[in-house]
Parts: sequence; C-alpha cells; structure tokens
Amino acid sequence: MIVAEQKPLEEIRRTIAPYEKVLILGCGTCMTVCGAGGEREVSFLRSALQMAEAREGEVIHTFSEYTVKRQCDVEFLEAVNPFAEEVDAILSLGCGIGVQSLASHFQDIPCLPGVNTSFMGMADEWGVWDERCAACGECRLAETAGICPITRCTKGLLNGPCAGSKNGKCEVNKDMDCAWILIYQRLERLGQLDKMRRYYPPRNFRPIPRPRRITTKVGATEGGAHG
Amino acid sequence: MAKSLFEEKLYSDTFLVTSEVGPPKGTDISELVENIELLKDKVDAINVTDHQSSVMRFPSLGGCLLVKDQGGEPILQMTCRDRNRLALEADLLLAHTRGINNVLCLTGDSIDVGDHSEVKPVFDVDSVQLLRMIQDMEAGKDAAGNDLKGAPQFFIGASVHPAADFIEPQLIKFDKKIAAGAQFFQTQGIFELPSLRRFMQYASQFNTKVLAGVIVLSSPRMAQFMNENVPGITVPQEVIDELATAEKGKRLQKGIEIAGRLIKAIKEEKLCQGVHIMAVGNERIVPDILEAAELELAAGRAS
Repeated sequence: MIVAEQKPLEEIRRTIAPYEKVLILGCGTCMTVCGAGGEREVSFLRSALQMAEAREGEVIHTFSEYTVKRQCDVEFLEAVNPFAEEVDAILSLGCGIGVQSLASHFQDIPCLPGVNTSFMGMADEWGVWDERCAACGECRLAETAGICPITRCTKGLLNGPCAGSKNGKCEVNKDMDCAWILIYQRLERLGQLDKMRRYYPPRNFRPIPRPRRITTKVGATEGGAHG
Repeated sequence: MAKSLFEEKLYSDTFLVTSEVGPPKGTDISELVENIELLKDKVDAINVTDHQSSVMRFPSLGGCLLVKDQGGEPILQMTCRDRNRLALEADLLLAHTRGINNVLCLTGDSIDVGDHSEVKPVFDVDSVQLLRMIQDMEAGKDAAGNDLKGAPQFFIGASVHPAADFIEPQLIKFDKKIAAGAQFFQTQGIFELPSLRRFMQYASQFNTKVLAGVIVLSSPRMAQFMNENVPGITVPQEVIDELATAEKGKRLQKGIEIAGRLIKAIKEEKLCQGVHIMAVGNERIVPDILEAAELELAAGRAS
C-alpha cells in the first residue's frame, strides 16, 4: 500500500490561504489505512483548521468534507461532483496520485495536497510503517530471498553488502537492519547461497525515466506516449 | 607487461607501503602539494581519496594529477556514490590519458554520513559492477557496449573488510570482486592480527595481492568517534585502552607506536604483500610510522 504523512498544519494553512470555500477530500483506501487521510483524519483536520482560525479571531474559510473510496480511480470521482460545486479549492488528503487524478477531473478547481506521499510499504506494527518496494520495474526478489536490496539497502547495492554494516545494522542508522545481512541469512536458511554468489549486472534504468506507463488494453499503443 | 609501476612493485618480493592524501575543501591546494611532496619518495604509491566520508572536497582525479606532476605514483580512488556510468567512464578516460593507471574501486560511504546529506545519492553501479565496467573498457567497449576509440588500461583494485563482525557475506563479495577483475586489495582498517591471519588464509586460494589497511589513531576519543561514526571501522577496546595509557600530548606518539608495531608484525609474519597507511588528516606523520615500523623508505626497499 501507499504510505503518507499529513503535512504540518501551518503548511496546510499557507496552502489554502488564498481560497475561501475549501472541500477537504479524504481517500478511503491507502490513506485511510495508514491514517494520513481517511474520513477520521478529514474530520480532525477540519476541526484543527477551524480552531486555528477561531483562535486568531479571523474566520476566513468555509470548509466542507467528504471521503471518496479511491481518489486515484476516475470512476469514483463522479461522486465528488456535487461536493465540488462552488468550492474555490479542493484540499486532498489522497496520495500524490489522488491529487493528480482530481486535478485532471476538476479542470477549473485548484487541487492541493494535504499529505506528503512517502513510499510503498507495510506496517511493522500498528502505526509503524516500513518501505518495502521501490517500484523499480524489474523485480528481483526471487534472487534475494524475498528481501528487496533496492529498497532496503540504503545504497541499493546488488552484489552484496558494503563494509559499513556493524552488528547487522546499516551504517546510516544503527536501528536499521543491513538488508544484505538479512538476505545472506535467509538465503543460507533456504540453502540458496549460490544466488548471492552470482554476479548481477548494473540496473537497467530505462523503465525509470518518468513517467512510466503500463498498457494492458488490447490494441493500445504500449508505453510510448510516456503520459 | 605491468600496467603501472605499482603493479610491477606488487609482483616483486618487496614489502610495499602505500598511503593516502585527502584533498582540501577549497582551492588552496598548498597542503596537499606539501603532503604529496613529503610522501612521494617514501611510499610506493599514494591514494587520493574521493570525497572521503561523503564530505565534498577537491576531486580525487585532480589530486592524482598533482601526484603524477610531482613525480609520485597515484592510485585513483573511485567511489560509486556521486557519478553515474557516463561520468565514471569519462573520468577513467581522462585518467588514462594523463598516466594515472591504478584505480581503487569502492562503493563509497553513504551520503548521510557526510556534509551534503540532502543531495541525491547515485550508486548507479556498485563496486563489483565498476570493476567489470573497467574491464569492458579495457576490452574496448563502453558501459553501453559501444566501441571506444582507444581503450584505457588500468591496474584495478578494491577493498575488503577482514575484521567485519559478520564475515561470510563480506567474503562472498570479495570472491565476486576477484571474479570481476580486482587484482589487488586494500583492507579496511586492521587493528589486530587474528582477523587478518584468518582472512589471509582464506585469500591464499586466490592469486591476489593484499595490502593491510593501517589507521593511525591520535587519541582514545578519536578511536571512540570512529567506532561510532565511521563506516567499516571497529577499534578494539584494548587498543583504545593502550592509547589512554599515554599522557595527553603524547597520544599521537602512542598511536604511531601502535601502528608501527602492527606493520612490523605484519611484515615479519609475511602476512600480506604490504600495508596501506591511513593517517586521516595527519599525513605528515607517515615517515614517523615507517620509522616506528623499522621500514626503510620506498627507494631503499625497492632496490
């Protein structure tokens, strides 16, 4: 899933400052699960913004709120249409994809980000999220015992650890596991250390020049348009 | 035929001593020039560090040009942290045309440990891939498989960490570096002999040359700092305790004595082909270490 963090309140206030009527729009999928922008956070944020204005004695904004199932799916955005009538801006608590999806759907309304989209990851425990996939376009988890060196090694090394690992931890952060120690241990356990002894050539970054496109529709042009 | 004077010496029976200089942060290269002048006839080759510890400095290639101009034997340290394949290849082409023929291929410390912690880390290739890329260039091909008009030749090396607390993955990488064409190794800092002995026993199955890395410690505090902050370095407590036995003001002298003793033991046991002295900002004391190790100067040893 996509993990994000809500932007600081002061930054959000600066972003919405030029607009009077603001729709705060949550997203019912990833942002709800990671607690950055679901129905609950939309409601809390609205209260926080209203309280901040009330404290300063100058009420400028009128807020409305709604949470859609998924902002990144255009088909769900039709349901937002009635809420978007007559607003000056939409403050999206969706991820970066959600904000862009809104911007393309609501051509005449400024769509503003209320969260910083961080990474694709999973919960280590409730409220602790770890990045697990860099969407590199060439999954090599079969060779690395299901542990991604591109995401979890700070240098994205493909041929084994650097010399910086100490006590199984990364040179960057004493609390962060060295991905290559984990990979070694798990490959050993699986009896597959030969996979680590193999040479892996430099990554092909051609799938990376952004933006990428995947076409699964029959008869459509593949990728070439780059968005 | 040897690709460099350093290679030629490494394949002779001489016990080699190399050292390194760190370029300045800025255009004032006077101290760098002085240090090169001081070391060039006393050691067999001089490494120039490549933004060591991810701190931005005058470039390694620029330092190697100075070593060359001053009549020394340079080893170009090249990390994968700051340049993609294009930039690495271009620097290698320039190095070759200017007579810089030794290259030490390193991953490079993480960006986070240095003074430019907000910049984009590159790591387009890793150290094993860099070694292979250089071999391809020697065969006349660039990293994209295109023909080169004039191919460079280099004596290429890499680093290894014999004292790593988890040695097996390091040894796998060492094997891969050899398979990728590394002809010599400089080890990370060694402070005790048992780990070096074990490693050399392992390395003896390969036809490769090893220089043991020796770091000169100037105080117990520096040792503690390195343990906590410098990737790839673990100074044993006994060494820190020994440094602390010297009174303040004489601790660097103690550090020189410890390094000298270690080098002497490595040489007497014929553990490896030589040592690489890292004086980390104290390049001036390298001759004192050689004296403490009872080593003659490069010119004397080679003859």
